[in-house]
Amino acid sequence: MPTLLIILAAMFLLLQLAPGDTVDALIAQMGGGGDAKLAEELRRFYGLDLSIPAQLGNYVWRLIRFDLGFSAIYGKPVATVIFERLPATLALMTAALSFAFSVGLVLGVIAAKRVNGWPDTVISTLGLIFYATPSFWFGLMAIVLFSVHLQWLPAGGFEDVAAGLTGFARLRDIAAHLVLPTLTLGLIFLAIYLRIMRASMLEVLTLDFVRTARAKGLDETRVMVRHVLRNAMLPMVTLIGLQAGTMLGGSVVVESVFSLPGLGRLAYEAVVQRDLNTLLGIVFVSALLVIAVNFLVDLLYARLDPRIGNGGAP
Amino acid sequence: MEMNRRALLLTSAALAANVVAPEAAFAQEQPRRGGIMTVHFPTEQRILNPSLQASTGVYIVGGKIQEPLVDLDAAGNPAPCLAESWEATPDGKTITFKLRQGVTWHDGRPFTSADVQFTAMEMWKKILNYGTTLQLFLEAVDTPDAHTAIFRYSRPMPLNLLLRALPDLGYVSAKHIYEGTDIRQNPANTAPMGTGPFRFVQYERGQFIIADRNPNYWRNNMPYLDRVVWRVVSDRSAAAAQMESGQLLFSPFSALSIADFTRLGRDPRFEVTTRGNEGNARTNTLEFNFRNPILADIRVRRAIAHALDIPFFIENFLGPFAKVGTGPIPTTSPDFYPANMPQYPFNRAQANRMLDEAGHRRGAGGVRFNLRLNPAPWGEDIALWSTFIQQSLNEVGIRVEIVRLDAAGFLRTVYNDWNFDLATGWHQYRNDPAVSTTVWYRSGQPRGAPWTNQWGWTDAETDQVIDAAATELDTARRKALYADFVRRANTELPLWMPIEQIFVSVINRRLRNHSNTPRWASSSWHDLWLAS
Repeated sequence: MPTLLIILAAMFLLLQLAPGDTVDALIAQMGGGGDAKLAEELRRFYGLDLSIPAQLGNYVWRLIRFDLGFSAIYGKPVATVIFERLPATLALMTAALSFAFSVGLVLGVIAAKRVNGWPDTVISTLGLIFYATPSFWFGLMAIVLFSVHLQWLPAGGFEDVAAGLTGFARLRDIAAHLVLPTLTLGLIFLAIYLRIMRASMLEVLTLDFVRTARAKGLDETRVMVRHVLRNAMLPMVTLIGLQAGTMLGGSVVVESVFSLPGLGRLAYEAVVQRDLNTLLGIVFVSALLVIAVNFLVDLLYARLDPRIGNGGAP
Repeated sequence: MEMNRRALLLTSAALAANVVAPEAAFAQEQPRRGGIMTVHFPTEQRILNPSLQASTGVYIVGGKIQEPLVDLDAAGNPAPCLAESWEATPDGKTITFKLRQGVTWHDGRPFTSADVQFTAMEMWKKILNYGTTLQLFLEAVDTPDAHTAIFRYSRPMPLNLLLRALPDLGYVSAKHIYEGTDIRQNPANTAPMGTGPFRFVQYERGQFIIADRNPNYWRNNMPYLDRVVWRVVSDRSAAAAQMESGQLLFSPFSALSIADFTRLGRDPRFEVTTRGNEGNARTNTLEFNFRNPILADIRVRRAIAHALDIPFFIENFLGPFAKVGTGPIPTTSPDFYPANMPQYPFNRAQANRMLDEAGHRRGAGGVRFNLRLNPAPWGEDIALWSTFIQQSLNEVGIRVEIVRLDAAGFLRTVYNDWNFDLATGWHQYRNDPAVSTTVWYRSGQPRGAPWTNQWGWTDAETDQVIDAAATELDTARRKALYADFVRRANTELPLWMPIEQIFVSVINRRLRNHSNTPRWASSSWHDLWLAS
């Protein structure tokens, strides 16, 4: 909790350093024509006429009462604004992470099994290409190919609002909309997962217990799944915990390219519009999400490696 | 009946004006009912009610739901909308509007003069940007009966100025929704209610806005469309892809990249045009800070203007949708455009000579002096233009450092902190120079008001001409005064407006009856329909 408070206060002060406030941003949107009285009135309306320490004090006092404040851009409570964006963000994040994790795992295992053979070369090269390509380019090219030319998938948005679908049809529609963004966001992470998986597989394969397992006469699949994979998974799980945070913030580009209503775009908008309450609210919620994910990761550790769960006994 | 004939005239005039356009082939086509119009909505707005905020981002949505007293017809002349007729007294201080009868709000209540009175006094005069200036001398709106609104001004208000301003600054809101509430916080600001052809349904932040056909619209049997959906797409390339995949049918107000205009313009599925946006002309500016003594010297300002090869820049960077500008009043405004005003054609030798004469000899590395240039962050053209200024001025020995900021930072730094040497952005021309043009030149603007004279430049004679023109009732004399104004502006050069542009629309060719007025993208789309 203290860390969270320090982060929030730092964000608050950092945004004060940016020239201009939310009223300037609003006037930029209006295209001018406001007199001085209007700007003054708006500053009072958004609570910007107070001193900076007073504004910060007000914010912290509200936060203590679990009130995230009012969003300047959207004209409703920040909690509502963020809650509206959570489904899209979480759907995209879980889909991309699971895709990257599972495919990265399989490809990593294949590459490790055929180390230095042609499958390894192909997979490693592909991984490098995915990792080196900027995601906005991937996204745009995917749109050009699958939406514009082949017309298989929608070019953007979260769902087809014009059609007014309900129930299962609506779920299918949303899934279709999420295919390309998931691939785009997932490919970069896929590259990392597959490299890590390959490296840790190679490491574990040389360990003594693998030789023992083979000596016991276990068949190769059993050795791989029960002994090697389980131990090689630990670094992967660590990575998930670390990347959950990155994915939340890192999806601004993918959300913009695919016009998805996620938290990344909301944060970007909040900075451009100098909407302090919204930005701090997002930081708060993201921090909570990261903490939650890391908690889950810790639980998973204990399951994968019983030594971690029982007080660190060897 | 009256209205149908007008609508017909309007359409045929638009068609006649565009004989070469493929639409002419569809002249005999029967309008088809139904269909969903999908519109590109690049930046989300805090307010969707055009009585409270005058900007294209609001009109593109609110303009379909609410209506103004007066609209523009195909030829760009004021045409009746919620007001059926108007007249002014000879002293110009009283203007009477006869309102349309039988019009109802979307909630079923009748539209009356009380709504006009409330909107004018509480919104246009107090909150609406540009409205507060336009209605500064509005004292009262009298309502002798439910369908008459009499505007009383303490100083003469030219009827033509008011009529040209009202299509943008004359949207009416319902008194019964706003009366007795905090207007700025009213939920109807983002869920607008009006008399227009479409009824607001839903606004999902970050995703879409939906409005459905208003079955009780006062223009009989209109609108043709069932539904309008605005899709929030902030990425330009993604929006272009959605146009191509058919998810979007219309991208308004130059919201795609210049390269995509050229590319989609060659595609037979789309029309890329400035038609329908003539009422939204803008000029690219070059603003000088007179607090820098170098720039306070008129020889330096003129030399800078001479150093810029505008035709070259337009041909190579902006393409067919821009042309050489000649000053603050663009050619799209024939009522006020003055010909033969002082100009600054490209002449590098002359620019060098003038800088020498001003006493700025080239020093080490051929540099005369350094300047900071703040470009506005809206529009790809401004980014290109600022780089072009930098490179052109380098050729005459002026080293320019470009300082890029986002919207809030730019406005604060340039117009409030005055922390710049050169700045560049857009000047929006709103059909009459008195609305948003002369403020760039009139002295005495409050500090921090963007897009006004914040240059530290005062010219008593210019001020006088501007003030006289704003209250001049005689049309010919008014035009002559604005010619004087442009002559002075171009001679003294407190800022320079060398490029003229009109917003570009990208339109799917399935749309019919589009772009048929000079402010079509902002207008109500009651006659728009969608071919199968």
